[in-house]
Amino acid sequence: MSRIGGILGCASLSALRVLLPKGPRAGIKRLLSTAEFRPRICIVGSGPAGFYTAQHLLKHHKLTQVDIYEKLPVPFGLVRFGVAPDHPEVKNVINTFTQTARSDRCSFSGNVTVGRDVTVEELQKAYHAVVLSYGAEDNRTLGIPGEDLEGVYTARAFVGWYNGLPENRDLKPDLNSETAVILGHGNVALDVARILLSPLEVLRKTDITEESFSALASSKVKRVCLIGRRGPLQVAFTIKELREMINLPGVRPLLDPADFRDLGDAIKDIPRPKKRLTELMTKTALEEPSEEVGGRWASASKEWRLKFLRSPLEVLPTIDGKRARAIQLAVTRLEGAGDAVKAVPTGEVEELRSGLVFSSIGYKSLPIDPAVPFDSKRGVIPNNSGRVLGAPGLYCSGWVKRGPTGVIITTMNDSFDTAQSVLEDLQSGALELSGAKEGFDLVSHILRSRGVHPVSFLDWEKIDAVEVARGKLSGKPREKIVDQEEMLELIGH
Amino acid sequence: MLSPFDCALLRLLSFFSVGEFRLLLICIVSTLPTPTAIASAVAFQTEDESCTAEVVNVVFIDRSGQKIPVQGKVGDDVLHLAQRHGIDLEGACEASLACSTCHVYVSQDFVDKLPTPDEQEEDMLDMAPLLQENSRLGCQIILSKELEGAEFTLPKITRNFYVDGHVPKPH
Repeated sequence: MSRIGGILGCASLSALRVLLPKGPRAGIKRLLSTAEFRPRICIVGSGPAGFYTAQHLLKHHKLTQVDIYEKLPVPFGLVRFGVAPDHPEVKNVINTFTQTARSDRCSFSGNVTVGRDVTVEELQKAYHAVVLSYGAEDNRTLGIPGEDLEGVYTARAFVGWYNGLPENRDLKPDLNSETAVILGHGNVALDVARILLSPLEVLRKTDITEESFSALASSKVKRVCLIGRRGPLQVAFTIKELREMINLPGVRPLLDPADFRDLGDAIKDIPRPKKRLTELMTKTALEEPSEEVGGRWASASKEWRLKFLRSPLEVLPTIDGKRARAIQLAVTRLEGAGDAVKAVPTGEVEELRSGLVFSSIGYKSLPIDPAVPFDSKRGVIPNNSGRVLGAPGLYCSGWVKRGPTGVIITTMNDSFDTAQSVLEDLQSGALELSGAKEGFDLVSHILRSRGVHPVSFLDWEKIDAVEVARGKLSGKPREKIVDQEEMLELIGH
Repeated sequence: MLSPFDCALLRLLSFFSVGEFRLLLICIVSTLPTPTAIASAVAFQTEDESCTAEVVNVVFIDRSGQKIPVQGKVGDDVLHLAQRHGIDLEGACEASLACSTCHVYVSQDFVDKLPTPDEQEEDMLDMAPLLQENSRLGCQIILSKELEGAEFTLPKITRNFYVDGHVPKPH
């Protein structure tokens, strides 16, 4: 019922948009902008952090103009390129972001790389405040021998590949190994496992790219082993994603009862989310499944398992030295308590045969511009409630502010927090507001002089329409365009 | 008597309580030449009045602690009701149980009047910052007469609170 209400409401609202009398409103806006002071704020990055920061600023300051800059020609960051194709509900947030982008006081400029096409210093000349929300574009590396062998991929690149991220379109992962190893126990690791094991009829109807779908269709992967250095109480994935794995059609979960048998007391006093998560794992490992479920698991042709207390030592090569053949693991035990619990090698070593290894041990932010302070140890911009330390007028939100963890609500709250800091500083006078700033007029002048052609939100909507139309032909919500040049050609750039 | 078409139209109309949209819709409807359309517009007004029996008065307490009394109707969900009245409750996944952005606290006397949350909602609540015993997802709370007088409090997730509730260390 509520779902119907939402869709109905949304569709009707956008249909009505064209009917609203624009003229008089625009007139009032003009009047206001000349009579009153208009703060100009720019946001770098158009993922959830960028859009939620923009939304809060626009909603709570009726005069502010917010311009969003994005490296790619298309908006929405990880909602488009990170969220798994079989999680379309999570992507519904694009509708909220689209409403923000369509505001008269908001602009989107894709295809602009800040730090290369325009510097942060130049942005600060054009705007009263600059918010950095560019996320975490790199990943942590294992730092072990064999990491660069063929057949070893970062989960990040694999996710980018199946989600149509232009920079990963040529990944062409070799899926000829029957066993795949994923190093990491987070939600990205589970996403990779689920995409590798999902029935094709499920994936076919998603917005997964055509090329990755056909590669997965001829994949030989039957077994996926997810390896973590620590134990069941230290996993980073969340319950919804775990439950999906347990209920995956045609796939059997294999959890070793020995890993869960002695957890009893340890889970009594832990917070509810971790408790429910651990209980679900324990139940799956120790309890006899119902006849129906048991039958389903017995006849499944694919399986996945969680392996704990193993730390990767080396990816071992094939005889020719080129490809991954196996992974060598150090058996570990836990030392310490609570969040500080550490995995310490016991000295025992084992080997697991697999020609396909994914490292999924976390994303990492990179510095964007020498002018911006950066804490390379923690991989974040040092800040206080989003105010960049020692850099008045500069702010940050999202992963580059607090590190690459959390779900959409985490980033939403964190972005509202940063926007609140900007609003406070506007009100208190802490932000340098003397003199009008030129905003996009100045930036577009700079970009033009450097031969850069920004992609507007209207341009994106043209690309979007083409993708949706192409998807329709094959019964998918959209067929993503993976070639940046093709996107630009489509809009006549 | 209302035809199924009229009913659908009424539901559509009742969705917009923002004056601008409602006025516009009435204009569109009343400028349509067919008698059915005029009948619908009239029926809409009668229906609106006869709906008083279905009104449920509830109160939102926003993140600054301000109480906002709101008139809902039986069948409304709390997320969309809040949004219709300009209360800052987000619905990132649009009520499809894939996020917890519409997390609210239900006043104690009314928690038990709600159907127990299903597994999917519980899983999403686990992701909600500042989770409490009386936490629910707004999109899953459907107004009934029993909820007359219920209060829905928005969690104070602003300043100095991070997802796990602890205060971040200064850098």
